[in-house]
Amino acid sequence: MKEEENTSRRAFLEKSLVGGISALGVASLFSACDTDVKETGEKVKLLSPDGQIVEVDSAYINTNIPDLKLSEHNIREGVAGKKFVMVIDLSRCKNAKKCKEGCSKMHFLPKERSYVKVEKMQDSEKTAPYWMPMTCFHCDNPPCTKVCPVDATFKLSDGIVAIDNDRCIGCRFCMVACPYSARIFNWGEEMYALDKEEEKAIPEHTACSTHKLGTVEKCDFCPQKGEKNELPDCVSACPNGVFYFGNEYDDAVTNGDETLQLSELLKTKAAFRYLEELGTKPRVYYLPPVNRLFPFKDVEESKNS
Amino acid sequence: MENEYKKDREKLMSLTRELMPQEFGRVGVIWVTVLLIVLGSGLMAYIHQLSKGLIITDMRDYSSWGIYISNFVFFVAISLVGSLISAILKLTYAGWRTPLTRIAEVIAVSAIAFAGLTIIVDMGRPDRIINLFIHGRIQSPIIWDVLVVATYLVISTLLLFLPLIPDIALCRESGINSKFWNMKIFKWLAMNWKGKKSQFFIVNKSIKILAILIIPVALGIHTVTSWLFATTFRSGWDSTNFGAYFVSGAFMLGAGAVIAAMFMIRRQYKMEKYITDGHFDKMGKLLVLLSLVYLYFNINEYLVPAYKMKHGEAAHLNSLFTGHYAPMFWSVQFFGMILPILVLIFKKGRKPLPSFIISIMVIVGSWFKRFLIVTPTLLHPFVPIQNVPESWKSYNPSWEEWLIAASTLAGACLIMTLFIRIFPIIPIWETAEGNGIKVESHDEK
Repeated sequence: MKEEENTSRRAFLEKSLVGGISALGVASLFSACDTDVKETGEKVKLLSPDGQIVEVDSAYINTNIPDLKLSEHNIREGVAGKKFVMVIDLSRCKNAKKCKEGCSKMHFLPKERSYVKVEKMQDSEKTAPYWMPMTCFHCDNPPCTKVCPVDATFKLSDGIVAIDNDRCIGCRFCMVACPYSARIFNWGEEMYALDKEEEKAIPEHTACSTHKLGTVEKCDFCPQKGEKNELPDCVSACPNGVFYFGNEYDDAVTNGDETLQLSELLKTKAAFRYLEELGTKPRVYYLPPVNRLFPFKDVEESKNS
Repeated sequence: MENEYKKDREKLMSLTRELMPQEFGRVGVIWVTVLLIVLGSGLMAYIHQLSKGLIITDMRDYSSWGIYISNFVFFVAISLVGSLISAILKLTYAGWRTPLTRIAEVIAVSAIAFAGLTIIVDMGRPDRIINLFIHGRIQSPIIWDVLVVATYLVISTLLLFLPLIPDIALCRESGINSKFWNMKIFKWLAMNWKGKKSQFFIVNKSIKILAILIIPVALGIHTVTSWLFATTFRSGWDSTNFGAYFVSGAFMLGAGAVIAAMFMIRRQYKMEKYITDGHFDKMGKLLVLLSLVYLYFNINEYLVPAYKMKHGEAAHLNSLFTGHYAPMFWSVQFFGMILPILVLIFKKGRKPLPSFIISIMVIVGSWFKRFLIVTPTLLHPFVPIQNVPESWKSYNPSWEEWLIAASTLAGACLIMTLFIRIFPIIPIWETAEGNGIKVESHDEK
């Protein structure tokens, strides 16, 4: 009996709650259609979302809408309908370092600092060395977000591992947890020294580019570009088309010159992920350094000798 | 009967007079001054760090944890001694531990308090510490550490304070230095203690419950601290042995710390009657046992990976065995672990002076051991360190870091010293009980 009472009470609460919410919704809808507007008689032609041309009185047009994307951007939400993925072709890289420059510029970092690394790799003594560009791998099983004590670094729906620089407490556990050393720290202000004008130019919709003293930052896959179907700066800056970037849902990646089918590319070109055995499931794939475009030349080394 | 009671009260009072805290001698004044100077200059260095950021340290993107973290691990480790002496030895009915319980417990409380401060010193944004509470993620080992360290601090403080209540009352009763002891704070701290049978029953029972409670929490704090490392992929840290390895090292360090404190207190306050050669003998034996256990875990941690020499581990292990860190590594292993076993295994080695010297070696060795656990691993990541300034490839703590780390150690020593100045460091009523003196008061006013 008692139980029944309870359930009916709950049902009543639920009903009234839903009712209340829908009433609120309707009320807000009415207030949205401002009935006090005096029509001017001047008709304006507009394109409706479904492609129809419609005519409305100019009085109903509100030109004062803030840029929704910028003001309402929530860094804890990914770009809808996207699942960003990157493929790096090791056979094309000659360490031109344009990716690093592009990244530094895009993220308002000092020249010598960048979220992209280009590592000289040699798998074993007798195998040929090669250049390996590395961004944050935006792992699907990220060891960095697991250890964060305050949820200042997290995985987004678009695949990006983002950082909230306004919440980070600077414990650097994520840097220690990342096996790829992808994260860098704002040890001092000189590490991102910008003048005020430059600082103002930093767009809102960038998960990592808000340089804050004593917090961690890293490659953010440039979501403000990906959202507009543009390429991150490391990708477009590369003169050799090393980086392919795209949306996994579209099954397509592009380096700006050619667009390839992602699944086909991974299958036919023997793609692999770095340190796969760690189980981190990176979103960055590598194509092996075979049939290289350039012979390996270590400029720094030949300069020194 | 009444006569016997009076005799016991007299004995208790004379014991109280003997064990009352004493004023600082010349050495004491110099010691406190030095500690205050180190603490003050460390505070200045920290203010400097607050204004400039962690750039004033030598930590950089690769060596992203440094001596602040190894110092934190050292503090957590040394605090385990509280549970060793006041819990494990109590529950195994080792009656000889009585004069050492308060020494161990005050080391534990001051060390764990400074462990907390040290971790704040390491934070890039100490101003956002509140985020740990409003945005805390229970999945993060750091939150586990915060919870378990706070719990340990509470239980340790209670284990220090509860047995102190009857002693505070006794000190007030003794009439010595009555102006000092009549201060309101002591009246409040004595919590209306009358020495009734029922009161002793409550205190004894509470101590027993806490002594049992503190054992899992003690294992917890150091196991969780080891997980700050073992939950990552890094070579040298990626070990399933790490919890037990850390706990065993902590007990070894704690036993060493108690021997060192025993020696200094006994010498400074002429406590030969209470802290006897027998205590050094027993603590020496205990330290040998704990060092042997730690040796076992060290063999596990270094020999087993060295046998395989996996690609990722090899660079790290070579830097320890034959490379840059070899001198430090082998000194720490020899002076901080092997030599203590070799010396303390002989009866002559367990005399006060030799065991004091050995205990200092254990303490210093343990500090550098934690440095060797943290730093070399970080300097050997999976991705080779390239294209960074040369200085980023090594880690040599800046003078600010040294000063701040030293000042936390000085701060912990200062708390212990002031405690000894204010309160009787040898438990009075427990010693009396051990000597067969009835401590319960018939006075039912």
